[in-house]
Amino acid sequence: MNTFWRTFKVAAWLGWEMDSNWTEPWLFIVYSVVKPVAGAFILVLMYTVFAIIGNRQDPAAFSYMFVGNSFFIFVGSVLFGTFQVIQSDREWYQTIRYVYMAPISYYVYIVGRAVSKIGVAAFAVAITLVFGVYFLGVQVHLTIAAVPLFLAATALGLAVLLAIGICLGGVSFLTARHTHGLAEGIPGIFYVFCGVLFPLSVLPDWGVAVGRAIPLTYWFDLTRRLLSPTLGVETTLSGYSDLAILALLLVSSVAFFGLSLLIFKTGEYFARKAGKIDMTTSY
Amino acid sequence: MSTGTVRRTDLRYRIGLNLRAVVGRSYPRIIGANREPSWIFFEGLLPLLGIAAYVFIYQSFGARALEAAAGDPAAQAAIKANTNALVASVVLGGTMVAFWLNVLWSMASQLYWEKEIGNLQLYMMAPMNRMALLGGMAVGGMFMTSVRAVSTLVAGIVVFGVVFQVADPLMLLAVFFVALTALYGLGMMFASLYLLWGREAWNLSALMEEPIFFSSGFYFPVGGLFRVPGWGPVVAILGSFVPATFGLDALRQLTLSRTAFGGQLWIFDVKTELYILVFMAVLFLILARYSLRYLELLAKREGKLTSRHQ
Repeated sequence: MNTFWRTFKVAAWLGWEMDSNWTEPWLFIVYSVVKPVAGAFILVLMYTVFAIIGNRQDPAAFSYMFVGNSFFIFVGSVLFGTFQVIQSDREWYQTIRYVYMAPISYYVYIVGRAVSKIGVAAFAVAITLVFGVYFLGVQVHLTIAAVPLFLAATALGLAVLLAIGICLGGVSFLTARHTHGLAEGIPGIFYVFCGVLFPLSVLPDWGVAVGRAIPLTYWFDLTRRLLSPTLGVETTLSGYSDLAILALLLVSSVAFFGLSLLIFKTGEYFARKAGKIDMTTSY
Repeated sequence: MSTGTVRRTDLRYRIGLNLRAVVGRSYPRIIGANREPSWIFFEGLLPLLGIAAYVFIYQSFGARALEAAAGDPAAQAAIKANTNALVASVVLGGTMVAFWLNVLWSMASQLYWEKEIGNLQLYMMAPMNRMALLGGMAVGGMFMTSVRAVSTLVAGIVVFGVVFQVADPLMLLAVFFVALTALYGLGMMFASLYLLWGREAWNLSALMEEPIFFSSGFYFPVGGLFRVPGWGPVVAILGSFVPATFGLDALRQLTLSRTAFGGQLWIFDVKTELYILVFMAVLFLILARYSLRYLELLAKREGKLTSRHQ
């Protein structure tokens, strides 16, 4: 246990240094904020253009989209922060053989490396939401009573995300340098099917079924219910109570943890067998 | 002069050498990548989902607007036409996203990447022109990326039912290829600069994703920015330094007709935008050549350009 904790601490510190020490702190803060805010502005302009040519405002749909997009920052950062560890250590720094041979848990090392990305993402989420509320009129009304539930939901959502990231890490043991395809594509699945930007009812029936099978859909729904209870957008999940969703997230995070262990160990086994642990694919 | 020296200064020999360098550098991207077919799934198909999300946003707006306009067939027809045009804008933007990401990560960052993995010194010692090397990367990158671009277009037409109306296919091809040349010219220029900037370069590439998608109007007609009072036009003008801005605006006009969106969201007419793109293409290629020369000078003078992890 002590080794796990030490590995986690050192990996988290290493991840933070690798993420941030390339520049001055103020520039790092600007960098961390500009990307997500620009991402949010893409949606602002999509909404604006639709409103201009259709002569119709829809503030509820805009707030729905903005809040979902703000929390989606966690998805991109946590997934990327997790699965890119193997590829960056293997292809970029070419240090994976040394870290892998060290007497530590490589699984815990990856989780530790991802932690700094979660911290930076939390900061970006907060900035994006505050900006939306004060400058774009996004409807957010979080009550004090809802805070514990909101924190619990966020923690469980992040746990599920970490577990999914490790699953992808297990797969990336065996694949070529596809960090960017994965970084774009896997979050893309959640972007489309989890009701992040639009209600699930927009999707075809099979898409709704896929969305309902992904725990993150419930996380986004619960987060939006707690942050913006007055939107009145039908999400097709109104039959679930807040506590039922929380319980579902708890079960999912445990299940995904088990799945992540399985996929990670399987990927690792086949990579070792094929001699791919430290391969480079530099085309 | 020795026979060898005469041969090396012979124009025909040099052209042949550089063409071989172009083929040689594009080879691993075209052939080598196909030996690892997983990239078709990861780089070609998975990213379509992100684009699908943007399509569904417009469809969701459209569905809510249609509900509100129930009982007014004229308004409903207008909403459907506008939604189709916006979805088509996203699909075209999605194809350009593929090329822009390729420019950032496989052109601009590539020399830095080659330095990190130890190939750059071999390139610097080789007798070909460094522009041929970058040209090869660009050709290979365009091929790799065209798979993703084509799959985006096909998905747009087949899955989302987008209707394109191409009245002038030759102009469309001209705009597309000139825009690509300008984009890859910009990538070539960045490749040298990134090498000088070192580790910050990776972060710079990451920083040029969402902000450029936004300021260049990858997912909405960029003319929308000009309709936002105050900061909108400033962002649009800054974004127009990236060739994708004019390229996309012209491509949208050519495939959706100038009357789409009531004709109020275009920057210039197609011909003017083509001229601007030609100017950008020439300018960026010249600047790329100068920055490469400067890079070579530094390589010889300071001798540290091949040191890794700096």
